[in-house]
Amino acid sequence: MTPRIIILIRFPRYETQVVDRRKFLLGAAPAIGLSALVSTGCERRTRAQDPYVPSYFRPTEWEFVQAAVSRLIPSEGAGPGGIEASVPEFIDRQMELPYGHGAFFYLKGPFRPESPAALGYQLRYTPREIYRLGIGDTNATARQIHGIDFARLDATQQDQFLESMEKGLLEFPTVPASALFAQLLENTREGYFSDPIYGGNRDMVAWRWIGFPGARADFTDWIDQAGAEYPYGPVSIGGTKA
Amino acid sequence: MTTSRRLKPVDAVIIGYGWTGAILAKTLTDAGLHVVALERGPARDTSPDFEYPRIADELRHGIRGELWQPLAAETVTVRHTVNDTAVPYRKYGSFVLGNGIGGAGVHWNGQLWRASPEDLRFRSHIEQRYGKHFIPPEMTIQDYPVSFAELEPHFDHFEKVCGVSGVAGNLRGTVRSIGNPFEGPRSDEFPTPPLPAIYGAQLFEKASAQLGYRSFPVPAANSSVAFTNPYGVRMGPCNLCGYCERFGCFLYSKASPQTAILPILADRPNLEVRTGAYVTRILKDSSATRATGVMYMDENGQELEQPADLVVLSAFQMHNVRLLLLSGIGTPYDPSTGKGVVGKNYAYQMFGVTTAFFGEDVRINPFIGAGAAGLRAIDDFNSDHYDHAKEGFVGGALIYAGGTGGRPIEQMLLPPTIPRWGRAWKAAVRKHYRHSAPVTLMGTVMSYRDRYMSLDPTYTDKYGMPLLRITFDWHDNEYRMAAYTASKMEEIVRQMKPESQATLLLKPGNHYDVRIYQSTHTTGGAIMGTNPANSVINRYSQSWDLPNLFIYGASAFPQNVGYNPTGLLAALAYFSADKLKSSYLKSPGPLVSS
Repeated sequence: MTPRIIILIRFPRYETQVVDRRKFLLGAAPAIGLSALVSTGCERRTRAQDPYVPSYFRPTEWEFVQAAVSRLIPSEGAGPGGIEASVPEFIDRQMELPYGHGAFFYLKGPFRPESPAALGYQLRYTPREIYRLGIGDTNATARQIHGIDFARLDATQQDQFLESMEKGLLEFPTVPASALFAQLLENTREGYFSDPIYGGNRDMVAWRWIGFPGARADFTDWIDQAGAEYPYGPVSIGGTKA
Repeated sequence: MTTSRRLKPVDAVIIGYGWTGAILAKTLTDAGLHVVALERGPARDTSPDFEYPRIADELRHGIRGELWQPLAAETVTVRHTVNDTAVPYRKYGSFVLGNGIGGAGVHWNGQLWRASPEDLRFRSHIEQRYGKHFIPPEMTIQDYPVSFAELEPHFDHFEKVCGVSGVAGNLRGTVRSIGNPFEGPRSDEFPTPPLPAIYGAQLFEKASAQLGYRSFPVPAANSSVAFTNPYGVRMGPCNLCGYCERFGCFLYSKASPQTAILPILADRPNLEVRTGAYVTRILKDSSATRATGVMYMDENGQELEQPADLVVLSAFQMHNVRLLLLSGIGTPYDPSTGKGVVGKNYAYQMFGVTTAFFGEDVRINPFIGAGAAGLRAIDDFNSDHYDHAKEGFVGGALIYAGGTGGRPIEQMLLPPTIPRWGRAWKAAVRKHYRHSAPVTLMGTVMSYRDRYMSLDPTYTDKYGMPLLRITFDWHDNEYRMAAYTASKMEEIVRQMKPESQATLLLKPGNHYDVRIYQSTHTTGGAIMGTNPANSVINRYSQSWDLPNLFIYGASAFPQNVGYNPTGLLAALAYFSADKLKSSYLKSPGPLVSS
């Protein structure tokens, strides 16, 4: 039996209220309101009926995002791929948040992209712009080399193309290929491993795959059991369990 | 363009409401002063800002950094040498700046260390032990103008304020068989006992003992039990939730200004806290011998003048220095002549990590952890705890074991042979996630003639004021220190018997890289010393230039230590606060004659 875990939540002036933490984990009353409080870019939808319609990405861009994500974390082999984890949906939703608009970055000029790489990101672009310009560049380059868009290449060609982007071996007309790649890989990992409220990690598939218990955030019972098997599956901020 | 409005004068104004701002707010309001605290970020408290389950959100806090200073409005610029052009730190990487009530004291790890006694008289100590020639001429280290014995009561008090969990290694001069044998003598035991070691730290404990080192619990401002601090504020026990550093604590366990000090200040009629208040300069009288208050912008962009008899500058290290430079207080440091003091002796810390990759039978469970509680360390190779005569460098590193959480976006540990994406990556995250444990070194960084801070000539903040420019890269002393201490760390990890291990370490040729998180332990720029030619502040944190200006934080460190800086900077603040009470407030004026 799991011991009852009690958290003391204190309010100003030392008032103390006892809250049964299991109610949070089980998605009871306090948790229901929470998903409404968390701004996640757009409303939840019922996936079964309704394939995700991107809000930011245009159709050819959306094809690229899906194709690239499915190579960065492929579906083949054991474990969920980026597509099963709905990573493209995550990326699209991020584009509509302040993050996508570059609100978290210092983007005043002058810009000196020739600076040493160790001095960090020095481009003028927001994440939205990196994708818009970079995907255009990608497809223009793919058409030049292969005669078709990136999304139409076979898996091996896509892998080779991505690898060339990663290593900066391709010259893109506007955005450096390595910058688009870095943006894409970063957002793909974020979408795979972040809480499902952001649209990725659907049904906590990535957390289940690696054995991360998500938002449980309470290991009181395990303080004295270092090295023991942890038997519980993940919970999400929205109160779902898997 | 609106003109500035002059507000009613107050006894004291505090710039920045983090740890040292809170310590001084308490001291000054205790003494009956009318105090205004200006904080540029938002109001934040455990409830509602750090509540479960919303706080358990890696993307929001650990990656996007909702609690951090928004860089869009203000950042710093960085260059490696005086001959380079600095460029902005546009995205977070190397360090993460705090913002809002509590400052960086909200999102810190809670490792609460004291300095070693010799750290505080480092130049004298090294010269006496190894000779004057041992310190290279470009190394501009100096003694703190205050001793370990003088700071001890204040280290002790702050540990009690924070409910620190740990075990004494040197109790009133007796070195014990537990705790850190290298620490200076403590007047008292830690206020709360340590939590048991998490599994990665247990394996380290065993391996260190086999090699003849004595590991001990990292002093953790993560209270291990329900605890009432000396101010009557109650703290809760840490549950190793894994959302510690980069997050606020939902359990009132990790000490922060709002967890440990601010509750008792909330109702004081002689304290007013204004958030969204961005101080643009400290004002001086016409003879430039006194501070007269501060100018700041409120959230509506209205410029306000807050006159005050006493000015407390308690922002983050970098912001303290920038504000001094923007206000024209003190002589800016000039690396070509070595003259001037404001911006001098910028330092950092040097990190290295060895990760042990175990098989599936070894359950590290990395998600069980805290910023400090449950970790174990050895201090054998830190500071001057070992003989450097043959090593050709000064300083050293703390070596500590155990992860602070297993948040998978940031803290996934994989062998360097694993590709960064693709099918092999997907297989590897499953294979290694639950079975990898890091051991980390946190190394001293000395100060040097060519490493400093100044105003940037090109880039500006959202109000058009110059950004702070950091000129920094590693020196040979630090590469050698890291190579030496990493060899010890690797030896211990080998003894932990993992299937494989890999070390991430900076080597000669690796420049300072702002993309990689290394710590927010940046120091110097408004250093303390014995006279106005070698420092910005005296031993009581009082400005040499304007005696009614006091400056707190790691900006005071003449060079960096191999420990997290919060314990030392808080002790310096309490030491100063005592002197303010006993002397300055009765008879304002210079506390040390120049």
